[in-house]
Amino acid sequence: MSESTSHDPNQMTGAAMIVRALIDHGVQHLFGYPGGSVLPIYDELFQQDQLQHILVRHEQGAGHAAEGYARSTGKPGVVLVTSGPGATNMVTPLADALMDSIPLVCITGQVPTHLIGNDAFQECDTVGITRPCTKHNWLVRDIKDLARVLHEAFYVATSGRPGPVVVDVPKDVQFAVGTYHPPRKADVHISYTPRVKGDPAAIRKAVSLLANAKRPVIYSGGGVVNSGDEACKLLRELVEITDFPITSTLMGLGAYPASGKNWLGMLGMHGTYEANMTMHDCDVMLCIGARFDDRITGRTDAFSPNSKKIHIDIDPSSINKNIRVDVPIIGDVGNVLSDLLAMFKAEAKKPDIKPWWQQVATWRARNSLAYKKNNDLIMPQYAIQRLYEATRGRDTYITTEVGQHQMWAAQFFGFEQPKRWMTSGGLGTMGYGLPAALGVQVAHRDSLVIDIAGDASVQMTMQEMATAVQYELPIKIFILNNQYMGMVRQWQQLLHGNRLSHSYTEAMPDFVKLAEAYGGVGMQVIKPSDLDGAIMDMIKVKKPVLFDCRVAALENCFPMIPSGKAHNEMLLPAEATDEATALAFAGGKALV
Amino acid sequence: MTQPASAYFMEERHDPNETHTLSVLVQNEPGVLARVIGLFSGRGYNIESLTVSETENQKHLSRVTIVTTGTPMVIQQIKNQLDRMVPVYRVVDMTLTGRSIERELAMVKLRGTGDHRVESLRLAEAFRARVIDASTESFVFEITGNSSKINQFIELMRPLGLVEVVRTGVAAIGRGAEGM
Repeated sequence: MSESTSHDPNQMTGAAMIVRALIDHGVQHLFGYPGGSVLPIYDELFQQDQLQHILVRHEQGAGHAAEGYARSTGKPGVVLVTSGPGATNMVTPLADALMDSIPLVCITGQVPTHLIGNDAFQECDTVGITRPCTKHNWLVRDIKDLARVLHEAFYVATSGRPGPVVVDVPKDVQFAVGTYHPPRKADVHISYTPRVKGDPAAIRKAVSLLANAKRPVIYSGGGVVNSGDEACKLLRELVEITDFPITSTLMGLGAYPASGKNWLGMLGMHGTYEANMTMHDCDVMLCIGARFDDRITGRTDAFSPNSKKIHIDIDPSSINKNIRVDVPIIGDVGNVLSDLLAMFKAEAKKPDIKPWWQQVATWRARNSLAYKKNNDLIMPQYAIQRLYEATRGRDTYITTEVGQHQMWAAQFFGFEQPKRWMTSGGLGTMGYGLPAALGVQVAHRDSLVIDIAGDASVQMTMQEMATAVQYELPIKIFILNNQYMGMVRQWQQLLHGNRLSHSYTEAMPDFVKLAEAYGGVGMQVIKPSDLDGAIMDMIKVKKPVLFDCRVAALENCFPMIPSGKAHNEMLLPAEATDEATALAFAGGKALV
Repeated sequence: MTQPASAYFMEERHDPNETHTLSVLVQNEPGVLARVIGLFSGRGYNIESLTVSETENQKHLSRVTIVTTGTPMVIQQIKNQLDRMVPVYRVVDMTLTGRSIERELAMVKLRGTGDHRVESLRLAEAFRARVIDASTESFVFEITGNSSKINQFIELMRPLGLVEVVRTGVAAIGRGAEGM
C-alpha cells in the first residue's frame, strides 16, 4: 500500500509523543540515562535534532543537573530515566527540588502495564515511591491520556509554587499509537488553581504597617527568585523607596544585590549578626517568598517577639506553619509586590527610620564574619573571598555542595543578580553542586560556572566529571579541602565532646590525578600566596577543572545560633572561645 | 531541664489539641486516597476516622471525610496541605462552620441467650438499632448516629455478650440549602 494521503500527522507512538511534547514546551536540553523501559523514547531521540540529550553517569546527576539548569534559567529542567533503579536514583533530586521549589519534569519508564505488580525485572512502584517527593505524579496506563498528562505535568511543575513532577510511562504505552494534541487549556485538572493575585485588603493592611514602622526589616527568600526577574526588580524598588534594611535566606541570595547599601547579609543559623539582630528587634517584618524554616527562626517561641509580621507567599501551607503571622498575603511575589508598591506610592510615605539604621550600624560594627588571618594556611573564608574578587565583573554562576563551604560561600561571595546561586537549601544534599554546575553550564555555555565544593560532598557525585568532559562543559570545581566532613566535625566538636566519629576522610583521592584520569584538569594549592594566581589559571582553562584548595582543617563556621537559642543569642567568632562555646551550646554540661 | 545537644531546635509545644471533621472533595483518580493518607502519615498528622466514596459518578468526584486531632495551627496546616494537592477541589472544616451533621454506621455482633438477649433487644430499640441478622444465640445490630451515640451503644452492649464491632467512620454534611 502506498502512503495514505489521509495520514494524520498527530498519529504517533507514545514515545514520539513524549519527544513531541517536550519540543512543544520549548525544551532544548534534557538530562538522562537509558535503560530497558525507556528504549523506545531513546530511539525517538536518536532520530531528531531539536532536543539535545545530556548523558549523565548516574541518574542522581541527571536530576541535580536539571535542577541547576532550571534554577539558572527559570525554565523547567527535564529528566529522562528508566524504571526501577533509574527511578529510585532520582528520588534524592526530586526530594531536593520539592524542598527548594525547583520545576522539574521527570519522565520515567515503567515495565509494560500487564507486568505492573508482578515484580517484573526493573519494576518498582515509581508513583508510590515518588508521591511524597513530588508536587504531583502520574502513571499513564492508556495512550489516550499521554498527551494530556504531559502537558499537565509541565503546567503543574512551573505554575504556582514550582516543583518536581514525575510522569511514569509503561513501555507498552510508549509503543502504542495514539493521537497527539498540542498543549491546551483543558489539559489541566480544574481542581488545581494556584492563587496569583494578592487580596487587596491584606495588601492595604501591609502598606499601613510598613508606612508606620519604626524598626522595619524585609526578609526575602527563594520565592522572589522563583517569581522571576520582574519580582526581583520590584523588590529592589521597594527597598529603594522605603529605605528598609533587607536580609535574605540562603535560597534568596541575589534577589537584592549584595553591594546594595541596605543589605544586611544572610540571616539564620550562620547568618550575620546584624541580620539576625535586626530580625529579633524589628517592629514590622515583611517576609517575601520565604517560609520561616528552622534554620532561619532559631527558637520559635523567642523569634522576633515584638514584631508585626507580614508574609507574602504563593503557597497557603507556608503561612502560619512555623510562625504565626499578622498579615498573610497569598499570591505570586511579583504580582503582590507590584500591587503593594503601587499602593505604597499612592497612599503612604516612607517612615523615618534613622534611629533604627543607627542601631543597625552598631550591630554591623561587630563585624560578625571576621576570621583570623593566616599566612601559612589558606583560610577557607579567604579562599572564597579571593575567588569572589577574581570573578567580579565576570558572567559567573555559583553552585555549592552542602556543609561549611556552602555557608562560607553564602557569607563571603557577593551575589548581585538572581539565578546566579544554585544550592541545596532545604534538603541539604551533599553531591548537589557538581551535577548542578553541569546543568548550569549546559544552559550558559560561555559563562563561568563554579561549584564551590567540599572534599566530602564532591565525592558523592564525582562520576559526573565524565559527563563534563564528554560534553566539553568547562565547569570549575573549587574544592575547599579540609579532609573532614567539616560541618559534621564542627557539630561533633561543639555538641558531642569533640568525639570525631567517622567524620575524617582517611583515604583522600589525589584530586589532581583524578581530574586527569577523567580527562579534565587538576590543580592544587596549599599556600595562600599561590592562591590568586591559581584561581586565574583555573578561570582561563577551557576544560573541567578539579581545584584542590587545601584549607585550614579545623576552622569552624561562625557566627552561629546555637541550638535552643534565639536570634539575639548568637555566638560570634571573636567570642567563640572553648568555654564560651561550651556554655552557649549546653549550659556547659552536655559537652563533657 | 537542660536540652540534649542537637543540631535541631527541640521545643515542646503545649497547645491543646482539638478534634475537627474535614470534608474533602477530590477527583476520583487512581492513587488519590493514597495521596491523602500519605500526607497524614508523612507529616505526622492524626487520622481518627476516614471515609471515602465516589459521590458524583459523572464528574468523577469523591468525597472524603476525615476526623483529625491537632493543635489549631496543625489543623490549619492539614487543611492547607490538603488544599494544595493537585486533585483536591475543596477542603471544608465542618467543625469550624459549626453547622454540620455527622453520622456513622456500625454493625454490632452479640452472642448470648436468656436475659442478656432480651436486654440487648430492649436497648437496641431505645437506640433505634435494627436487627439485621439473628441466630438462636446471636444478633447483629445495625445502628446509625453520631460517634458518641455509637460509642455509648457499644459500651452498653459489652456486658451483654459483645463479639465484634465494625464501623464505617464519620460522614458529614452541612445543614441548610448550600452544598460544599
